[in-house]
Amino acid sequence: MEFLVASAIGVMTAAGIYMVLRARTFPVVIGLSLLTYATNLFLFATGRLAVNQPPVIGATAGAYVDPLPQALVLTAIVISFGMTAVVVVMALRAYLETGNDHVDLPGDASPEASEDDWKLRGRKQAPVPQSVFGSGGERA
Amino acid sequence: MNHTLILPILLPAVVGALLVMAARYDKVLARAFSLASAVLLLGVAIALFVIASDDSVRTYALGAWPAPFGIVLVLDRLAALMLLLNAVLGLGVLLYAVGGWDMRGKHFHPLFQFQLMGINGAFLTGDFFNLFVFFEILLIASYGLMVHGGGGLRVKAGVQYVVTNLVGSSVFLIAVGLIYSVTGTLNMADLALKVPQVPAGDQALLQTGAVLLLLVFAVKAALVPLHFWLPGTYANAPGPVAALFAIMTKVGAYSIIRMYMLAFGADAGEAAWLAAPWLLPASLVTLVLGMTGVLAARSLGQMASFAVIGSMGMLLATVSVFTQQAIGAALYYLVHSTFAAGALFLIADLVAERRGVQRDRFVLAPRFAQGGLITAMFFVAAIGVTGMPPLSGFIGKLLILDGVRDSAHAAWFWTLILSTSLIAIVGFSRGGSLVFWKSHALPPAPASGHRPAAAPFVAVGALLACLVALTVFAGPAHAWLEGAAVQLFAPAGYIEAVMGTLQEVR
Repeated sequence: MEFLVASAIGVMTAAGIYMVLRARTFPVVIGLSLLTYATNLFLFATGRLAVNQPPVIGATAGAYVDPLPQALVLTAIVISFGMTAVVVVMALRAYLETGNDHVDLPGDASPEASEDDWKLRGRKQAPVPQSVFGSGGERA
Repeated sequence: MNHTLILPILLPAVVGALLVMAARYDKVLARAFSLASAVLLLGVAIALFVIASDDSVRTYALGAWPAPFGIVLVLDRLAALMLLLNAVLGLGVLLYAVGGWDMRGKHFHPLFQFQLMGINGAFLTGDFFNLFVFFEILLIASYGLMVHGGGGLRVKAGVQYVVTNLVGSSVFLIAVGLIYSVTGTLNMADLALKVPQVPAGDQALLQTGAVLLLLVFAVKAALVPLHFWLPGTYANAPGPVAALFAIMTKVGAYSIIRMYMLAFGADAGEAAWLAAPWLLPASLVTLVLGMTGVLAARSLGQMASFAVIGSMGMLLATVSVFTQQAIGAALYYLVHSTFAAGALFLIADLVAERRGVQRDRFVLAPRFAQGGLITAMFFVAAIGVTGMPPLSGFIGKLLILDGVRDSAHAAWFWTLILSTSLIAIVGFSRGGSLVFWKSHALPPAPASGHRPAAAPFVAVGALLACLVALTVFAGPAHAWLEGAAVQLFAPAGYIEAVMGTLQEVR
C-alpha cells in the first residue's frame, strides 16, 4: 500500500508540474488541481498509513491513527477548492479582456500570445464546433 | 491573558465583514468605517508596541487551549514591530486610496481590511499551520486587490500572481507535512524543542521540509530565483495596492527570521542554522539583480518593483549572517525600506495618473499638474530608496556594512552593496531626469482646471515623514531594534512563554 500511495502522489505531482508549465491557462488550472490533490494525499499520509483504525482513543480500540493530518487535509481541501474557483474566474476574465488565453502577458516577449489574440488580430472569436451546439458560429 | 493581542486580527475582520454587509453601496460610510478601523488599528499597534517594550513575551491561547495542543498568538518585540509597521503603512495607503482609487472597482475597503487582518495574523501566530492559513487569507485578499479596477493586462498579471502563489501554497503544505511527520508538532515553540531530538535517520526528512519551507518564504520575499512574479505583479497592480504589497515581501522576511532563528537556530543540533548557506548566495544575487533591474526598468512602477527586489536582497543577505548586530541592522533597514518602497509606488501612481497615455513610462511627455511638488517627493523617496545621506536609507546601509564586518564573506558584502548602490543611483537619476526634468523642454500641457484631491498628497507626505522621523530618531529606534535582536537570540524566553500556557490554563 505504501508503494501505491507514494507512486500515486509522485505521478500526480509530476503531471501537475508539467501541466502548470503549459502556455495556456486551462492546462495550468488542471495542473494546479492535480498538484493540490497530490498535496492533500501527501498530508494525509504524514499521519502514517494504517487500515481500519479509529482516529480517536477509545476504551476498546487497541491502536489509533493520528487525527490531526485529517483536520489539516480538510482545511487544505477547502482552501484549494476555493482558490481553484478564483483562478478559473480570473483566467476567464483575462481571456475575455485580452483576447487570448496564454499565461504570458501579450507583448514583444511573447509573439505566440499576440498571434493567438483574436482581438489584436481583428478576428471574431473562433467558431464553436457544430457537433457541440448544432449550429456553428460564422467565420469572419 | 491579555486580550489586546487578538485585536489586530479581530478588528479588521469585524470591520471587513461589516463593510461587505452594511456599507457596500455607500461611499462615505465605507470610507469612514475603513479609515476609522485603520486609525484604531494604529492605536492598538502602538499599545502593543509599548507593551512589548518590556522584553517579556506575551501569549494568547485561542479558546484557552494550551500550547502545543491549541493555537497561540505570541507577541514579542519583532511581532510588535511588524504590527506597527503594517498599521502605519496601511493607514497611509488607505488615505491615498480614498483620493479616488477605492471607487474604481467593487469591494476595495473590505478586501483591504481582510488583507490587513491576514498580515497581522501572520505576524502574531505561533503555529506554523496557522501561519499557512493567515498566508492564504492575506493572499486571497491580495488577489482581489491586485485586479481592482480591472483591465486586460492587470487581470492577466493577476492570473500569473495567483498561479505562482497557489504552487507556493502547495509546497508550503508539503513542507508542513514533512516537518509534522517527523516532529509531531505544529507549534513553533514546541518545534524548537523537538528539532534537536530528531534522530539521525529522520534528519533528511526534517531538513527537506525545512528547506522547502524556506523556498515558500523565498517566493513571498521575492528572492532570486523565485522573484520572477514580482515585477509583473507590482508594476501592473493599482498604485495603492502595490504600495501595500511593500509589506507583503516583508512577511516572507519576517517568517524566515522567525522560523529559522527559533526552530533551526543555534540549539537545533544537526539542523542548526539550516537557512544560512542557502540564504546568503541567493540574497546577494537578488541584490545585484534588483539594482541592475532598476537601471533597466522602462517605467517608474517597474523601477520601484526592482528596487523592492534589491532591498529584499540587501535585507536577507544581512539576515543570513545571523549575528545579533546584523539582525538589528537588518530590522532597521526593513522598516526603512517598507516606507520608502510604499512612498515610491504611490508617487509612481501620482505621475501615471497625470501624464495621460504615457502613464509612468520613461518617455518624454509634457509637464503635468502639481509637477513641482511631485518632483520634490520623488527626489526625497529616491534618496531614501538608494540609501543616500541624509535619510534613513543611508543610516541603514551604514549599520548593515558595520554589522557584517566580522562575517567570513564581508568582502562580498561590501563590494556588492557599495557597487549596487551606485547602479541604483544611476538608475534613479536616469528615470527621474527623463520623467521630471526633461519634460521642461516641451511646452506645458493645458491645465485641466479641476482641483486634485488632497488626501493622496497627505498620504505620500506622511510616509516620507516616517522616513524623516526614522532618520531623526535613528538612535532610539536602533536601540529598540537591538533589543528585538537580543530577544531573537534568546529563544528560551519565547519557548518558555508559549509552553508555559500549559500551566497557566490549569
